[in-house]
Amino acid sequence: MSADITSTPLNTNEPVQMATATATDDAEQRALHRTMRNQRIQDFFFHKTTMLFALSVLAVLLGIIISLMVGAWPAFKEFGPRFITTVEWDPVNDQYGAAIAIVGTLATSGIALLIAFPVSFGIALFLTEICPAGLRRPLGTAVELLAGIPSIIYGMWGLFVFAPLFGDYVQPLLKSVLGPLPIIGQFFTGPTMGIGILTAALILAVMIIPFISSVMRDVFEIVPAVLKESAYGLGCTRWEVVRKIVLPYTKTGVVGGVMLGLGRALGETMAVTFVIGNANKLSWSLFAAGNSIASTLANEFAESDTPLHTSSLFALALILFVITFIVLSAAKLMLAGMSRKEGVK
Amino acid sequence: MKQVMNPVYRKRLLTHRIGIALSVGAMSVGLLVLAWILVTLAIKGFGALSLNMFTQTTPAPGSEGGGLMNAIIGTVMIVSLSTLISTPIGILAGIYLAEYGEENKVANLTRFVTDIMLSAPSIVIGMFVWAMYVATAKHYSGYAGSIALALIAVPVVVRTTDNMLRLVPNSLLEAAFALGAPRWKVALMVRLRAVKAGVITGVLLAVARISGETAPLLFTALNNQFFSADMNGPMANLPVVIYGFAMSPYDNWRELAWGGALLVTFSVLALNILSRTVFSQKQPN
Repeated sequence: MSADITSTPLNTNEPVQMATATATDDAEQRALHRTMRNQRIQDFFFHKTTMLFALSVLAVLLGIIISLMVGAWPAFKEFGPRFITTVEWDPVNDQYGAAIAIVGTLATSGIALLIAFPVSFGIALFLTEICPAGLRRPLGTAVELLAGIPSIIYGMWGLFVFAPLFGDYVQPLLKSVLGPLPIIGQFFTGPTMGIGILTAALILAVMIIPFISSVMRDVFEIVPAVLKESAYGLGCTRWEVVRKIVLPYTKTGVVGGVMLGLGRALGETMAVTFVIGNANKLSWSLFAAGNSIASTLANEFAESDTPLHTSSLFALALILFVITFIVLSAAKLMLAGMSRKEGVK
Repeated sequence: MKQVMNPVYRKRLLTHRIGIALSVGAMSVGLLVLAWILVTLAIKGFGALSLNMFTQTTPAPGSEGGGLMNAIIGTVMIVSLSTLISTPIGILAGIYLAEYGEENKVANLTRFVTDIMLSAPSIVIGMFVWAMYVATAKHYSGYAGSIALALIAVPVVVRTTDNMLRLVPNSLLEAAFALGAPRWKVALMVRLRAVKAGVITGVLLAVARISGETAPLLFTALNNQFFSADMNGPMANLPVVIYGFAMSPYDNWRELAWGGALLVTFSVLALNILSRTVFSQKQPN
């Protein structure tokens, strides 16, 4: 290179060098354009491919709703809207109504929520405000493990371990204490067999506690420290801070968590099937055996022999899906409102 | 300093103490139930744990002994296949949400639906697969079971992948873009790689979630008394065998059900703990 620079006929060579330079520039430019075009095409395909997979989630939801509607159509055509309010569920005479299953589902989930809400609140409060920092993680994990235990295990434990004890000791106690009371008395009458609506509700409560308490923990943690500290500064007790600062601030999130738990409880199948007693009866007593939508499906779907029976089961599934969908959507919207609040902070 | 002891303060203190005591009580109830279930499983399940459980197939009605070998292999095959199906779908959908999901109606709707599908009743998903696959193929099959479980696993993987990818700092992505890398390379080779451990956590959680699922398998994989590695036919699987055996009148069946229950629960909980401890430490902050 140095020889080139010092050599005299430099200027005569110059135009030639310029020409080759532009030629290579052109080639480089074209190569660059080609690469960029290729990359744009690759990116285009990447975008569309990933979008296709994301849309597949939507497609599955649509598919579920459509296939349930198609399956449920003969039953709705046969029975009309009174399918929902008809009590009779009689595979022998091919007559079907959803009332027992719907009442059973709502009753078990509702009672489960009544029990799970205060317990979950207590757990969330303990883990965010009371628990020593070192124990927070292991205890939190332990509670979340409750959510990891498969539903069928809750069912077995409920039927073989919990129900006998519950029937022998707790139900007679409830019966003697609450049974004579005027209005609520009728809920606590009848034989104490251990299994039934109340047992199913208790098992469901245990199953949804980890979900509700985990949401509550998350929302409690976004309360700005300044708010809590000012309350402590005014001399509030820890309970007052939780009751009057944390809870009002996180109200939407807490309700969202409860709705999420409700959504879980409504669709829970195996645990309920084990302990609810699987009887197509409607009774005021919470000790009586009943049926929920999910347990009816689990028990009868594989053995349904008439097309109308199958279709009625699809109709039940559709009702269950619609109810859970609405409840979970409400939960999601409330929690979305909560995370916006977090953003404002 | 003089102790403040007026009635109002005393009442407030009492409320506080009751509140705290109830909270501690609630926590103890939660832990107690967990311990109660695990101890029950350990006591009733260990009696059934033996070599026979892993080497013999499920017993016929009335016959002695027997094991769960066909059910264990069936569950492993069905769960593996559904993991193979759901992992790529979930990760790619998660990438879409994280990459193109800001201010995008389709992505927001997908995110919303994913969250709902996370808690959708699993028995309804089983009936959906029955209607789409079993009713048209006219036979129950392990494939149908895998598809049903995959539908449950996908939302779990999508959600964790999306959450993890959004933790990657923008500066890392900008550095890659500045080097001239196309978007797909940045997404796959920089962004996804940065949160590899987190995404694996998601997949493990999904596996844990579907391993114990019973309801969707009742009408899809059904059951099989004999050993079968043919996924195109009815297949034995642990949850359905446990369900059938636990409700049966035979003592050896019930004992096997407890053994299976112990096996399923401790595998699922081990996966849960593994994904929480081993992999979660490597996540970026």
